[in-house]
Amino acid sequence: MMSRAVDVDAEGFMTDATQWDRDVAAAIAAEAGISPLTDRHWQVVEFMRERYLESGSAPSIRTLGKASGVPIKELYELFPKGPAKLAAKIAGIPKPRGCI
Amino acid sequence: MKRIVIIGGGTGGTIVANRLRRETAVEELHLTVVDRDDLHVYQPGLLFVPFGLEEPEDIVRPRHSQLHEGIEFIEADVDLVDSERSAVRLTDGRELPYDALIVASGAALLYEETEGLRGPGWGESVFSFYTVEDATALRDALADFDRGHLVVDLVDMPIKCPVAPLEFCFLVDWFLRERGVRDAVEITLATPLDAAFTKPVAAERLGGMLTGRGIGLETEFATGRVDGAERKLISWDEREIPFDLAVVVPIHGGAPFIERSPGLGEELGFVDVDIHTLRAKAAPNVFAIGDAASLPTSKAGSATHFEAETLCANVERVLGGEEPEGTYDGHVNCFIESGFHKALLIDFNYEVEPLPGRYPEPHVGPLALLGESRLNHLGKLAFQPLYWHVLLPGRDIPGVG
Repeated sequence: MMSRAVDVDAEGFMTDATQWDRDVAAAIAAEAGISPLTDRHWQVVEFMRERYLESGSAPSIRTLGKASGVPIKELYELFPKGPAKLAAKIAGIPKPRGCI
Repeated sequence: MKRIVIIGGGTGGTIVANRLRRETAVEELHLTVVDRDDLHVYQPGLLFVPFGLEEPEDIVRPRHSQLHEGIEFIEADVDLVDSERSAVRLTDGRELPYDALIVASGAALLYEETEGLRGPGWGESVFSFYTVEDATALRDALADFDRGHLVVDLVDMPIKCPVAPLEFCFLVDWFLRERGVRDAVEITLATPLDAAFTKPVAAERLGGMLTGRGIGLETEFATGRVDGAERKLISWDEREIPFDLAVVVPIHGGAPFIERSPGLGEELGFVDVDIHTLRAKAAPNVFAIGDAASLPTSKAGSATHFEAETLCANVERVLGGEEPEGTYDGHVNCFIESGFHKALLIDFNYEVEPLPGRYPEPHVGPLALLGESRLNHLGKLAFQPLYWHVLLPGRDIPGVG
């Protein structure tokens, strides 16, 4: 993989979604200890990206559980600790705000 | 004559109905409010019930009495909204056709979405405080609680009044100190968030207040199930928190009819709306306000109060054949009870974070933003009469808004 610079915030979330591609996603995932990304990982990552580009905000864990086709239990197995946060990071979108 | 139907006779529905009634003649506009019961709860009062600071019967009044003359009140369950035909269908078969619909049905408490929450131990070691019944049961349990681990658990966002779990922690700390048993009780706040609150500056200040009071904070704890028999909370990633008394804020969702109404809600059952105009994406003559709307601001009465102005103007515009205007900016403020007869006040919107300062006049006050003061506490307690007599009738509150 070629090395390439992308813009991230203090917590490592990409700030420019247009710099993202599947190689960038795989590199971020590997850095977080997830390698390789399986089809189930991609299903979640692509769902997050589509939702973000459509609505302007990252979906929460409950939305993922209800609408991504991957149940919450499995989300925690695929993306340990915080699935919504980690999947957002890999999807190259800002951190889910977790509502207010 | 135009017809407006409002689903929900709580804070938002009542303010909007009264405002619209005052602004439009009876012969020009028929206004109907429909709700499944006739009990209007002053919800900020629920936080005080467990500590005996507020009596359950003092925070409930009939919904119909809060509505001005010339507003029809129907007590019935809504089956669904047929936005193509512009009609609300009730479960008893009646239909309410409308020219404009306002969904103000609040948030529903979805206890059943958390495994075991109302299973063994419910009402014995597992409690909540978001209804009059739950808050009253917790009051009775707290009266005898004098040792062990008390865990306040927020299952998932969004919830009504997102600061309430924190306030509960501050108040229970105060309550146990007053009773002289605080040393025998460990208090922990468990939250799925990565800090005490969602907004960074306030989270730091509030997190510091927890530490200062010896209250533990368990972050990124996403509750998967409650085991009341073994007295432990288990997260989706299999972490466990043992408890002797758990105070759980259940998952919130939209009212059930929203899910049955084609195109009306998003996944969590809240009405999908434009965040500035409050118009539903489902249809040009449907709007939502308050907790029922999928707005990225707090589900709180103050947000609802600020939304009402935008909503009423836009409903009138749409009925007059004009386009709505995007004037709501996410403005919300709230008093945060911190115990010992003190409270702090925070104020923010979609763009601006809660910051230290004074409200409503910068640098003057009189209320200290993000600072604890006795005046803020009095502001919170003094608010109930204002709620019934100024806010619900749809009048402007002096200095607020």
